Amino acid sequence: MKFIPLIWVNLKRKKMRTMLTIGSFAVALFLFGLLTVIHSAFSHQVKIAGADRLVVRNRISLIMPLPISYKQRLAQVSGVKSVTFGSWFGGVYQTERNFFPQFAIDSETYLSIFSEYSVAPEQWELFMKDRQGCLIGEGLIERFGWKIGDRIPIQGTIFPGLWEFNICGIFKGKTPESDTKQFWFHYKYLDERDSSTKGLVGWYYVQLSDPSQADRIAQTIDEMFANSPYETATETEKAFAAGFLKQMGNIQFVLICIGSVIFFTLLLITGSNMAIAVRERTNEIAVMKTLGFSGIRILFLILAESIIYAFVGGTIGLGLCKLYTLQGDPTNGMLIIFELSHAYIALGLGISAMVGFLAGIIPSCLAMRLNIVDAMRRI
Amino acid sequence: MNEIKENQTKSLIQVRNLSKTYKRGNEKIEVLKNLNLDINQGEFVSFMGPSGSGKTTLLNLLGGLDVPTSGSVRIGDAEITSLSGKQLTSWRARHVGFIFQLYNLIPVLTAFQNVELPLLLTKLSKQDRKKHVEAALSIVGLGNRMHHYPRQLSGGQEQRVAIARAIVSDPSFLLCDEPTGDLDRSSANEILDLLSRLIQEFSKTILMVTHDPIAAERSKKVLHLEKGVLIEAQNKD
Repeated sequence: MKFIPLIWVNLKRKKMRTMLTIGSFAVALFLFGLLTVIHSAFSHQVKIAGADRLVVRNRISLIMPLPISYKQRLAQVSGVKSVTFGSWFGGVYQTERNFFPQFAIDSETYLSIFSEYSVAPEQWELFMKDRQGCLIGEGLIERFGWKIGDRIPIQGTIFPGLWEFNICGIFKGKTPESDTKQFWFHYKYLDERDSSTKGLVGWYYVQLSDPSQADRIAQTIDEMFANSPYETATETEKAFAAGFLKQMGNIQFVLICIGSVIFFTLLLITGSNMAIAVRERTNEIAVMKTLGFSGIRILFLILAESIIYAFVGGTIGLGLCKLYTLQGDPTNGMLIIFELSHAYIALGLGISAMVGFLAGIIPSCLAMRLNIVDAMRRI
Repeated sequence: MNEIKENQTKSLIQVRNLSKTYKRGNEKIEVLKNLNLDINQGEFVSFMGPSGSGKTTLLNLLGGLDVPTSGSVRIGDAEITSLSGKQLTSWRARHVGFIFQLYNLIPVLTAFQNVELPLLLTKLSKQDRKKHVEAALSIVGLGNRMHHYPRQLSGGQEQRVAIARAIVSDPSFLLCDEPTGDLDRSSANEILDLLSRLIQEFSKTILMVTHDPIAAERSKKVLHLEKGVLIEAQNKD
């Protein structure tokens, strides 16, 4: 504790340099925070994927459909508890900037498989009675200020024309991680109105009695539809979500590359600053060693300085990033979640301190090993 | 030499056959050659001699800042030439006060903080450190300049702060490397008066390197070094 004033005066010694170094850390950690926010958002679907669900899609591509008749055949596979399906609608509400995912769902079965969502019974009843009815996630309700009873016009893109829906209810997530920025409506409404894809669905979800049988059942399903016009590719929901993520490129790799470049640059900047600082203080370090400060103590004083730069800068950067995320998703709902988790804050501060340590270790070792007589002779 | 033998038992500092050789490329430079010296507690000794005669090297060896090529230095009960680097560091903090020609104060610390620096290495409480620092600064007559930074002080005042820093931990002896070399005559005299006072009132032992014969006049003994050899000793007793 008694050495803190000594570290403090050194931090204040070159105010501009201190501010710039701390600023470098702040900017780098702000970027790091944003990268982790984006990574979390992209990988969120993988994280929340149900362990007991399989996704069955067209083997050629996710955008190719499957026949609705597969539902019954899937339900007959040993180990399958229940089956539901959905289709991507892809409409535009007012403007393309108002993007949110819309799914045509098999109303009878969808909610029983996706038990992480709940809808009030009376709202569910209303939905089931109204062919043009829709259920809105509470995240979307917040975003657009909709309420039950509102009529929502959506311009079809894949399915042309203006589609109108009545809000019958709001579905809520049972856990904070649940994606509640979705829009569900009856598949039957889509099937009746659009003749181009009649009898076809986007994908199936298969709920298993025993998740440990997932590989066997997936193989059975794919073999069952092999050599048919609509061959299937079946995988766990987690693998499906991860594969979907991969289609956008190896985001994790890109983020790691960007993060590494940022931190390496920061390491060079801070290391260089610390080296200059130690060089400027050669005389003082020699005097302190003359007075009885041991090499190890000198090393700790300089390392502490470097780590404080890193920690303060990191805290500022991550703090600003946290404040930024609290303002809400700037992509208007493109990202399922937009938050900086405590785990990533801790990781950021840890990396920050590590960079501070690495940046300071060489200059402080040089200071530790400084020969007093040589240093005094240089004065 | 007879005097050395007589004083051998009571000397604070005993130097025996001390040699120091530096290497510059393939060339060996013998800075000190078989030096023998005894200095008693409370003595004020000056070392004079031309540049390169080995004065500062001798001071560095006596202060444990450098190690000799051969020979020994005993100070009090400690044979410092056999101490490890770590032991020497700790020994210096307890036993030696250093005063430099260019004061060597830390510019970002106040006079108080500069003087407190050696005490940070002790187990003294903050309150005790404060008392010691105030006492040291009042001895050098700077009790009213405690919170001034070095840049706010004159050269003479800076050197007085350096002296306060040297005496604050109550060392056995003070090593002064041209303490008046950067001062005008009047300030130099003030510093020399202060050093004399430290001997008279606090029985400090002072070893001073100087080029200034007037400064050397203040000491009890003047030793001349030439080419690494002690060639003359003037004892004013």
